[in-house]
Amino acid sequence: MDEILRVEGISKTFTLSKKQQKIERTTLRKKVAVDNLSFTANRGEIFGLLGPNGAGKTTTLRILATLIKPDTGDAVLDGYSVVNEEEEVRSRIAFLTSELKLEDFFTPNYLFDFFARLHGVPEAEAAERKRTLFERFGIDKFAEVKVKNLSTGMKQKASIVISLAHNPDIIIFDEPTNGLDVLTARSVTDFLAEMRQQGKTIILSTHIFSLVEKLCDRVGIIIDGRMTHCDTLDAIRDGLSLEDRFFEIYKTVKGGEE
Amino acid sequence: MRNQSNVWTIVRKEFARFFGDRSLLFTTVIMPGLLIYIVYLQMGENIGKSHQDDNEDTTTVYVDNLPESLRGDFDSIPFQLVTEGFNAVALIGDSLADKERSLIYVNFPPHFDSLITAYDPMGGEAAPNVKIYHNSNSDNSELAYQTVKLYLEDWENSRSNMFDINAESPDAEETFDMADKDDSLGEILGQLFPMLLMMLLFSGCMAVAPTAIAGEKERGTIATLLVTPMRRSELAIGKILSLSTFAMLSGLSSFLGIILSLPRMLKGDGVDIDIAIPYTTGDYLLILCVLISTVLVLVSCISILSALAKDVKSAGTMVLPLMLVVMFVGFTPMLGGDAPEALTAYLVPFYNSVQSMASIFSFDLKPAAVGITVAANIAYTAIAVFVLTRMFNSEKVMFGK
Repeated sequence: MDEILRVEGISKTFTLSKKQQKIERTTLRKKVAVDNLSFTANRGEIFGLLGPNGAGKTTTLRILATLIKPDTGDAVLDGYSVVNEEEEVRSRIAFLTSELKLEDFFTPNYLFDFFARLHGVPEAEAAERKRTLFERFGIDKFAEVKVKNLSTGMKQKASIVISLAHNPDIIIFDEPTNGLDVLTARSVTDFLAEMRQQGKTIILSTHIFSLVEKLCDRVGIIIDGRMTHCDTLDAIRDGLSLEDRFFEIYKTVKGGEE
Repeated sequence: MRNQSNVWTIVRKEFARFFGDRSLLFTTVIMPGLLIYIVYLQMGENIGKSHQDDNEDTTTVYVDNLPESLRGDFDSIPFQLVTEGFNAVALIGDSLADKERSLIYVNFPPHFDSLITAYDPMGGEAAPNVKIYHNSNSDNSELAYQTVKLYLEDWENSRSNMFDINAESPDAEETFDMADKDDSLGEILGQLFPMLLMMLLFSGCMAVAPTAIAGEKERGTIATLLVTPMRRSELAIGKILSLSTFAMLSGLSSFLGIILSLPRMLKGDGVDIDIAIPYTTGDYLLILCVLISTVLVLVSCISILSALAKDVKSAGTMVLPLMLVVMFVGFTPMLGGDAPEALTAYLVPFYNSVQSMASIFSFDLKPAAVGITVAANIAYTAIAVFVLTRMFNSEKVMFGK
């Protein structure tokens, strides 16, 4: 297998504000979001980070997308370090998360060109890719409608297409189907499978078992910022359904603490 | 090359955003100038109207014992003159007490003419006394009082005229006030315009910078930019350049509003000054250089504060102290004293812009000072670009909750 991503012992600690301490019901000033996490992903596979809310999935993905830096450790994406070679990493990834928004004022058409330009994509290439992707996702119907007038599903499709403007090899997707209606969710999962067929690597995070079972080649289970298991889907399931297996693991991990 | 093109891409996007949004364009560029123009015009018209009101013959001057020698003068006063058929007691008692009624009552001693002819100033007797009853709470009564008093004083002077001071000679227009007219106008403009321009530029910056930085942070659109391979410095430069352009447009619009309405307003005020402002193209170019460099510093400061703020609202609050500082500095030319001689004073941001503008407007141009001002401002902008870049790089600033 051709390894495209190697995560080596990344840790990330956040300082909590008074308000956050109350929400988290803790008196500790520091929260360890990711704790010495390591895993690898191979080219052309869908790798799923599975875990409950607050386990550190999003933090891990944000580190891979170079939005935040790990306190310790590093991750090497297609040969480039997320700590020291951020610009190289950024030009090779698409990062999709509900935190990243498109400017309401502009149309998908304008934004596609804008981001293609920022990625340095030659104009003819960008135009051709836009035509294909807009057609594939049915965006041509609302290409000239401002983002603020689009439905949630349309916005998600526009976000996906625009994040692919530079034809990245690696797609990092935080909670791909969260908040989407069944139709859009289906088109997103179809899209991910299609991307894998095209040889792209997808790193996604989710807490939805069916999504992992349907899509992922390999799975990493994160609980409390630690990677407890990381293997192929079948090896992880070990003959059980993913849900049953997950709770077995969860009990063992949490039980050990008590 | 790639650097330039990314800055250009950002600038183009900001321009498309600004000029494509009609309501934003209207509220930041067109409205301030238009509003100032209309308000000032209205103000000028109102002032003009109240002057017209005063000039109408609505005020009545009641006179008892009007001497023959003064009849001609009183006939020419711009008020209604009544010399008989009224009740003086009622006038003093009731009518004058009512401030809504416009009148005065002038009482000459009987046989005034012979009294003053017989009067010997050296004799030690009390001089003949003219009583003018008026109501100082009524504008019209007060005006009539002052006018009549002035007439009488003039008349008194002319009777005992021994010499004149600066009398106007009939054949040659002789000037005694040797002050350069440009100079005194320059002094007024030198005090007024720097403050006005600073305030207008500041409000221009406030209208665009917080939304473009704190607003993008709040809406999560800046994070989308941060996952592209564009350098953070390119984003900082692109933002500062485009925001400065918009702030400059907004400031110019307000300035035009003032300049265009000023002649009408002053005319309304009865002030008849020559509005052809005597500055050269060179002066205007220098002012423009100072203004552009000032906008860059202002936009930089507000952008940094906006990047620190978590949303547009808190950006507004954080910028408030800066506004007070800029306002105070804007007033410094009015506090008296000429622009500082020491060139190091022109390294102080905002103060340097205000003093440079004041020196240009008051025809007291110090080229070295203006040069230092512009250079210092550009240097501060460069530092601000560096700081803003660091902030865009900082996850605490950009993603801290």
